[in-house]
Amino acid sequence: MTQAAKVQIQRLENYLAAFGDFQRMATGRDLPWLRSLRENAFARFCEVGFPTARDEDWRFTNISAVAETPFQLSRRAVRLLPGDLQPWRMEGAAGQLLFVNGRFSAGLSSVANLPQGVHVGSLANQIEENPKEIENHLGAYLNTERDAFCALNTAFVEDGAYIRIHRGAVLTAPIHLLFVSVVNGAPLMTHPRNLIIAEEGSQAAVIEDYVSFGAGDNGEALSNTATELVAHDNAIVSHYLIEREDTRAFNVSTLRIQQGRNANVASHSLLLGGAIVRNNVHPVLAGEGGECLINGLFIGSGRQHLDNYMYVEHAKPHCSSRQFYNGILDGHAHGVFHGRIIVHKDAQKTDAKQTNRNLLLSDDAQIDTKPQLEIYADDVKCTHGATIGQIEEDALFYLRSRGIDETSARKLLLLAFAGECLGRMKEEGPRAFAENLISDSLAELSKPRDSAASARCGDSGREWEEVG
Amino acid sequence: MSLLEIKNLHATVDNHEILRGVNLRVNPGEVHSIMGPNGSGKSTLAQVLSRHETYNVTKGEILFNGKDLLAMKPEEAAWEGVFMAFQYPVEIPGIGNTYFLRSALNAIRKYRGQDEMDAMDFLPMFREKLKLLEMDEKLMNRSLNEGFSGGEKKRNEILQMAVLEPKLAILDETDSGLDIDALRIVANGVNSMRGPERAFIVVTHYQRLLNYIVPDFVHVLVDGRIVRSGGPELALELEEKGYGSRDLAAQGAAQA
Repeated sequence: MTQAAKVQIQRLENYLAAFGDFQRMATGRDLPWLRSLRENAFARFCEVGFPTARDEDWRFTNISAVAETPFQLSRRAVRLLPGDLQPWRMEGAAGQLLFVNGRFSAGLSSVANLPQGVHVGSLANQIEENPKEIENHLGAYLNTERDAFCALNTAFVEDGAYIRIHRGAVLTAPIHLLFVSVVNGAPLMTHPRNLIIAEEGSQAAVIEDYVSFGAGDNGEALSNTATELVAHDNAIVSHYLIEREDTRAFNVSTLRIQQGRNANVASHSLLLGGAIVRNNVHPVLAGEGGECLINGLFIGSGRQHLDNYMYVEHAKPHCSSRQFYNGILDGHAHGVFHGRIIVHKDAQKTDAKQTNRNLLLSDDAQIDTKPQLEIYADDVKCTHGATIGQIEEDALFYLRSRGIDETSARKLLLLAFAGECLGRMKEEGPRAFAENLISDSLAELSKPRDSAASARCGDSGREWEEVG
Repeated sequence: MSLLEIKNLHATVDNHEILRGVNLRVNPGEVHSIMGPNGSGKSTLAQVLSRHETYNVTKGEILFNGKDLLAMKPEEAAWEGVFMAFQYPVEIPGIGNTYFLRSALNAIRKYRGQDEMDAMDFLPMFREKLKLLEMDEKLMNRSLNEGFSGGEKKRNEILQMAVLEPKLAILDETDSGLDIDALRIVANGVNSMRGPERAFIVVTHYQRLLNYIVPDFVHVLVDGRIVRSGGPELALELEEKGYGSRDLAAQGAAQA
């Protein structure tokens, strides 16, 4: 046996033990369909293992740090007091579900004020009480064949949010899902799984929010999360991902969107924290006239690695998709934007657009941006573009010459750049929430640079470079 | 005491000496015009005064209200009362005109120990100034200079000046590219701000602007030095004879 194979098996042993324990204890262990869903996914994970840089979809992201850490599921219940969570809560939510180490906490959640026709609860409760309702949806969309992390998430599928917006129901205030990882001892992994079903003509906004306490001091944390979002005909759904984990934690998330006829879905991602972060967004426009907005902002500093992987599938005619991702990177941060658009043979009159704009604030920050178009239909409109630039010195000088100090001027310019993404968030509550988080994240990045670095930037002559 | 005193100013860009010993004294209430051919250093002088970091001052000093202007950052110069109307105002998407201007005004007020102005106090004053510059308030809801015509940008510069009320305003080729109507509006804005406390430096290539903003002094900058100074009549003479006259070149050489 080769050394590499031995290492691979050691890694898998850790997951094998965890999976064995999990299968004996997990909610719904007696449901044959769920059991086989988990077993098949685990088998698939064992087969493919963690991706490496040889895998085209992971070319720019080295996850060996994730693969080599012997993560454990949370064994003990962690007690949190409402006061611990106060700074992380969101004002004005219609309901809030709280998950601690992947487990729903009823005591810390509030779903009292939801209108009729809206169900918001824990997936584990649903599995326990009425699994029939979700049997046809859970695992029906997520691709466990292609992606080891999705397979792993499905192997450990148990808890998360289950949201169903019934036919024609309209929820104006957002639902806030707060996932808290509390590391206490061994490296901790959680595999939250969410299922969101928006029935015909319904409307809702859901925010997934990931935070972590204690990472690094006692061990690392991995949130490996997956969400299946089904928007039936004419449904309107806004989904927000807010990733603000400790900068020593790992976060891998997959949002799989299934859209019906004339369904309108917006995915907004805000990546602020985390050591290694992978944000997969995979919408399938599976009904005519569907519209999908894929909007994101990633802000990194230090040695953060923020990878965005978009996989937009047009399966039916007359659909439109819009991808807009902006990145701001400082220090040694490394950003990735991988935008793949697949237009299937039947998807005539597709209108797909992709734009990735990046600001690099230091010489050592790095961005890899890669568009990838696969078009099998002959009557489509697809465009893509990417830019990489620095803060424009002329703009900075202009603001300063009017009396705005350098830090404030830099912050204004960064906020203006980030504001492009904020402007696409149509729900006011989540937008204001996001704006505050962005403003806090940009405080450190707004500090003046030493003049040597700015002179180098000036020398380049061009502030913006078109790529792709 | 003079408001501005420039003594033997030398400045370089990329090791090219652009200013080669400029001397100028500006008192409160005065309007000085600096004229000169292309490449003579007019804009460099304006940029140095507004503390642009690209320019490297190698010799000389500038006192503003008795303080060392060359030790100031651009924002500090603005707080002290220096304003430059840019030749090419920058478009900044994502920053609203009104928000920007109120932020700038409040930064200056804070430095002067005055209370910040909230939107309620700011708006009536702002509307007055808009009227003076004949500008549409709707324009102000847009991003800073974004999609503005050339004339709108220049008027926006003067509008900012009118709101920020500097002690010294430098107009860097504000007239270039303006049609006669815009020129009249811009000049009107400037003239309404003339007063015993405030001084102007009007940098221009053409005499035309000076029909509307009549200067007290005209200086001719050639090859990085002021080679002649006089009254408004000097501008007319230059208009007639041009900068290429042998007299000017000879004077430049004589001083070197």
